[in-house]
Amino acid sequence: MADERITANFPGVAGSLVNWVDQRLPVVDFWNKHIGRYYAPKNFNIFYFFGSLAMLVLVNQIVTGIWLAMHYKPSAAEAFASVEFIMRDVEWGYLIRLMHSTGASALFIVVYLHMFRALLYGSYQKPRELIWVLGMLIYLALMAEAFLGYVLPWGNMSLWGAQVIISLFGAVPVIGNELTEWIRGDFVVGDATINRFFSLHVVALPIAILGLVVIHLAALHEVGSNNPDGNDIKKFKDETGKPLDGIAFHPYYTVKDLWGASVFLLLFFFVIFFAPHFGGLFLEWDNFAIADAMVTPEHIKPVWYFTPYYAMLRAIPEKLLGVIVMGGAVMILFLVPWLDRSPVRSMRYRPTLSKVLLALFVISFVVLGYLGMQPGSTVQTWIARGFTFFYFAFFITMPFWTTMGRFKPVPERVTMHE
Amino acid sequence: MSKTSAMRAAFAGLLFAIALPIGAATGGALQQSDVDISNKASLQRGAQVFFNYCASCHSAQYMRYSRLIPDLNLTEEQVQQNLNFLRDPLDATQPLKIGELIRPSMSKAQGERWFGKAPPDLTLTARYKHGGADWIYTFLKSYYLDPTRPSGWNNSLFLNTAMPNPLWEYQGTQLPIVKTHKDAAGTSHSEITGFKSAVGGTLSEADYDGMARDVATFMEYLAEPAALQREKYGVWVMLYLLLLCGVTYLLKNEYWKDVH
Repeated sequence: MADERITANFPGVAGSLVNWVDQRLPVVDFWNKHIGRYYAPKNFNIFYFFGSLAMLVLVNQIVTGIWLAMHYKPSAAEAFASVEFIMRDVEWGYLIRLMHSTGASALFIVVYLHMFRALLYGSYQKPRELIWVLGMLIYLALMAEAFLGYVLPWGNMSLWGAQVIISLFGAVPVIGNELTEWIRGDFVVGDATINRFFSLHVVALPIAILGLVVIHLAALHEVGSNNPDGNDIKKFKDETGKPLDGIAFHPYYTVKDLWGASVFLLLFFFVIFFAPHFGGLFLEWDNFAIADAMVTPEHIKPVWYFTPYYAMLRAIPEKLLGVIVMGGAVMILFLVPWLDRSPVRSMRYRPTLSKVLLALFVISFVVLGYLGMQPGSTVQTWIARGFTFFYFAFFITMPFWTTMGRFKPVPERVTMHE
Repeated sequence: MSKTSAMRAAFAGLLFAIALPIGAATGGALQQSDVDISNKASLQRGAQVFFNYCASCHSAQYMRYSRLIPDLNLTEEQVQQNLNFLRDPLDATQPLKIGELIRPSMSKAQGERWFGKAPPDLTLTARYKHGGADWIYTFLKSYYLDPTRPSGWNNSLFLNTAMPNPLWEYQGTQLPIVKTHKDAAGTSHSEITGFKSAVGGTLSEADYDGMARDVATFMEYLAEPAALQREKYGVWVMLYLLLLCGVTYLLKNEYWKDVH
């Protein structure tokens, strides 16, 4: 078979090494396709930092996770003490642990902002539906990963949180009880549970997440990035085929993301060094007491990034229905590319109605998140019901309201606001 | 004001908005302890009270005696002679080795027999009690005489605690001031609104507050000794990252000046 690919031809000793590799592995093609000649729209704004930041935090989680796993003991008898051992006796152990625990919250913050960006600029619309679906799969895997990781320190909220979440599977008709036993590996959350959760947390899910990230990016680079104007930069190209409104990812977005990463790290390390517990939001009070099946925490609640869904679960008085509503709240997000029927992508050119509804959606998500942290009085439960209703109504009626109102004309070329 | 406390103060405003609803949910008015773990003298005084009065019954099983040497500016002899009262199990003429974890003098079984339940480990009390050091400070000031309890003591912050007031010699004894009020349904509720001194202790009220603050300071440190390091290094990391932000910003502008 004839080799039609023109391989690299760099001068010099180092160049010949690259040439040698390139004849056997298309590294230069790969670099050009994904970085050097990947043309991204030049009008990215602040919302476009969060994709690369999510990658940065993911790398942080993997690297700190590797070092934590060198000292952590995945057993009910030793786990809690081993975390304290890391915090006290392991060289720089406290920093590695706090980078990992703060990183978990940071990852959800950047992922939520990344998802909001897609809602704001219609980034999931044709031809980018699959990018959104793959992103949602990453989000699902991250939720599983975060839940499993939360159990590992074996604090009292680890135990009771796992107890509550696993018992939700008991709502499945007929096989519910057997299913929960199968997940726990025991009749109660205990040594068998923590051991298998460790395996899933450090092996299975990281592999799944990394694989999904790779194909999320592959799908993005196939169709190209959307932009805040929601128009198509590939419509206008110069004679070499480079989009007129596109700039090479490297060096333009590598240096811009480097700056974004520095600002992010400033905030990230501020929290790590000066407020790693973040008032009980990132590291909860109750999880500094060792797991005790005889002592139920006064108020069982998940970490902040799950509380919007937790509020929905509690708002529904029937268990199975509550589980369906909670699961549905996540699953309905998968359908967004097909629920949104708007003729334009970007919120900039959509009618006021769409803008107002999106703002209300953000408010409802935040309020549900707040309510999910609260003990849940009668009034709070009713407010949670109202916002749960709005959450679903937002998506279910999306095919209608996204076509209503007066749309502004979308400019052919991207606009710069600087 | 040190750089770290300035950082903390700057952050307090932001944190306040977030922590407020959480604090409100925990209920019970906590008194502000104003602990400062960078105050070595307070840490040393707190350690002295802790090892003489708390560690007889309570363990601090995640913490080593040896850690106190660098963190509290003490020598090994000072720790072994003034804070470690246990004997080496292999050689009773020697104190427990400096690298050991902090154990109580009393066994678990004795604790269960004498108090109904073994005294809890105190390493992380400042972390798992909502309010942290403020909780400990308020707790140590909330003991009152209650003849209905087996020990004769009760605590308004932690009702029906099994532990009698360990610092009563210093604080003296106090009696609760109880206010009873009727709600709309006519049921009467009583609550403790304050205390009046019964028998004075060896310390004045202000000095006892200082002692409670020292214990709270030491226990805040005990819960996370690394906090001393992270707040110290944190300042330098912030300065480095600020510089990095400046450099990367200029770098970005340099590359982007031809993008219009």
